[in-house]
Amino acid sequence: MANIVYEKSRGLTDTPFTYCPGCSHGTIHKLIAESLVELDVLDKSIAIAPVGCSVLAYEFFNCDAIQAAHGRAPAVATGIKRVEPDKIVFTYQGDGDLASIGTAEIIHAAHRGENFTVIFVNNGIYGMTGGQMAPTTLINQKTSTSPYGRQESTTGKPLLVSEMMAQIPSATYIERVSVHDIRHITQAKKAIKKAFEYQIANKGFSMVEVIADCPVGWNMTPVDARKTIADAMIPYYPLGVYKDAGGEA
Amino acid sequence: MKVLMKGNIALSEAAIQAGCTAFFGYPITPQNEIPEYMSAKMEPAGGVFIQAESEVGAINMVYGAAAAGARTMTTSSSPGMALKQEGISYLCGANLPCVIVNVARCGPGLGGILPGQSDYFQATRGGGNGDYYTPVYAPSTVQECWDLVFHSFDIADKYRTPVMILLDGMLGQMMEPVETKVHPRLNVDKPWATNGNAASRPRNAITSLSLFGEVLEAMNLERFKVYEEIAKKEVMVENTVKDGDTVAIVAYGAPSRIVVNAIDELKEEGINAGLIRPITLWPYPGDIFLNLPSSVNHILVAELSMGQMVEDVRLAVNGKYPVHFYGRTGGVVFEPIEIANKVREILGKPTKEIESKIESKTATQDENLRGGI
Ligand SMILES: Cc1ncc(C[n+]2csc(CCOP(=O)(O)OP(=O)(O)O)c2C)c(N)n1
Repeated sequence: MANIVYEKSRGLTDTPFTYCPGCSHGTIHKLIAESLVELDVLDKSIAIAPVGCSVLAYEFFNCDAIQAAHGRAPAVATGIKRVEPDKIVFTYQGDGDLASIGTAEIIHAAHRGENFTVIFVNNGIYGMTGGQMAPTTLINQKTSTSPYGRQESTTGKPLLVSEMMAQIPSATYIERVSVHDIRHITQAKKAIKKAFEYQIANKGFSMVEVIADCPVGWNMTPVDARKTIADAMIPYYPLGVYKDAGGEA
Repeated sequence: MKVLMKGNIALSEAAIQAGCTAFFGYPITPQNEIPEYMSAKMEPAGGVFIQAESEVGAINMVYGAAAAGARTMTTSSSPGMALKQEGISYLCGANLPCVIVNVARCGPGLGGILPGQSDYFQATRGGGNGDYYTPVYAPSTVQECWDLVFHSFDIADKYRTPVMILLDGMLGQMMEPVETKVHPRLNVDKPWATNGNAASRPRNAITSLSLFGEVLEAMNLERFKVYEEIAKKEVMVENTVKDGDTVAIVAYGAPSRIVVNAIDELKEEGINAGLIRPITLWPYPGDIFLNLPSSVNHILVAELSMGQMVEDVRLAVNGKYPVHFYGRTGGVVFEPIEIANKVREILGKPTKEIESKIESKTATQDENLRGGI
């Protein structure tokens, strides 16, 4: 009899991903799917897909799922969670979605202490629309709308979302992780699982910011992109727990 | 037993009685009584109330609650309705039922807090991006506010569509006795709801997206079949035009009651006119214009706008009658004599002098601000 060494998580459907080779979205999807299965909540979970490269996430997560308008996922999640408080609700949002057009919705969901989980994928760029500058684009980083590199004088410094969210009194758990190598992927999984554990225990708003890459948008090979996370992204976006008001899960 | 209540309160309490379990709002005059009332009454009734961070937030909370299968409502007034349009487009694209109330004021821009009917185009033409309509109900009395809320929730569930109730601030603020009858609720199964019950059924997904032209076209065609059915079955109109009337006056909402006074005034001098009052603004009761008594020679449309519904009347009449228009905007409400004079003018009769009310109508800026903008 064959010995099963590794299996695709039941938390994902069989629909092939639409992500580019080397993109972090696939890894992050997998971590979420595994967490929901391990916590035995997959069948009562509701995913909110954003507008962005992960707009089709409702086809990938093997649970109920809704596609939301650009930036509005936290408001949609609020509506669902309030009428289905015993279900597990999470949003999956990019940095254009969460840190630009959706700032009001994310801040006020945390401000109300909504008991759902946000997975915030920070790849420093608008991937889906062709690699435009995001609020999280690094200084001097070239994008299709910062062709000479992002200039602080006209576009400010990259927005530190986890640091900002940690200031919100009613936010419970904010952690920044990365998925550029195995060690960090393991830590990211722990953080994501903890965020869901907090939600299950009704501890309130949790957000995990995942530093991710976008090889195509960054105009790099996947290997260089992973290295860029370590060399350029993490020094500006320090990893770690920014707020944990939940005690032990 | 009748209860004396404001239009805004009738809308609120009726929603709770109709089984609304999730309300999301944001402060804006002249609808503030609704979120205020809901903040006190929803939780005791076992429902959810949230004062959202914005109208954008509120309509997206409705999107979530509707997706989870709840009867849900949001209310606002004109500038807030402008912000909700993105969400309404998504709700239509995802076929999600809900009730949206616009207690309209005058515009454009911040405009003012006085009543207006200038959101007619926005309400009846979709308002957001894409091919869609929402059924729009226009009550003219506080009683009708009460009754149409029940009807709107049923229509929303039955056809899986957002339903709009459009009234003006005058009706929202007006107090009248209401028969608070709880209408039986249409119970519709929602097997499509994304409520996290995938343990007992295949998983559900809700989206307005399709990247394939033919697929999206098929979704739109399917939705327009539903619209066709709504247009066939759900038109509501009050028509008092009878044989012998020479003028049919078309008006909706609270201003239609001013038209009734004008019709009474005209009758005293032997001019016979009748009222056509659309209750559904979409689907529009256009067929009514095809079967008017042969005595009718003129159609007059009266609105608190520069002329919006008049376009639907012209489309329906299709050149069969001359269509005249009388409107006031900026929050100014016409008096019966203004409508009567317009009819006299149309019929080539001498008009009556209108007493200037400018002085008594001019409130100071301070006084107006007290209402809140
Ligand atoms: C209201 C609105 N504005 C703009 C867009 C176009 N749009 C689609 S995806 C996207 C950017 C998403 O970027 P991000 O959130 O960083 O996610 P990523 O694609 O990088 O995963 C934009 C601007 C839209 N769909 N809706």
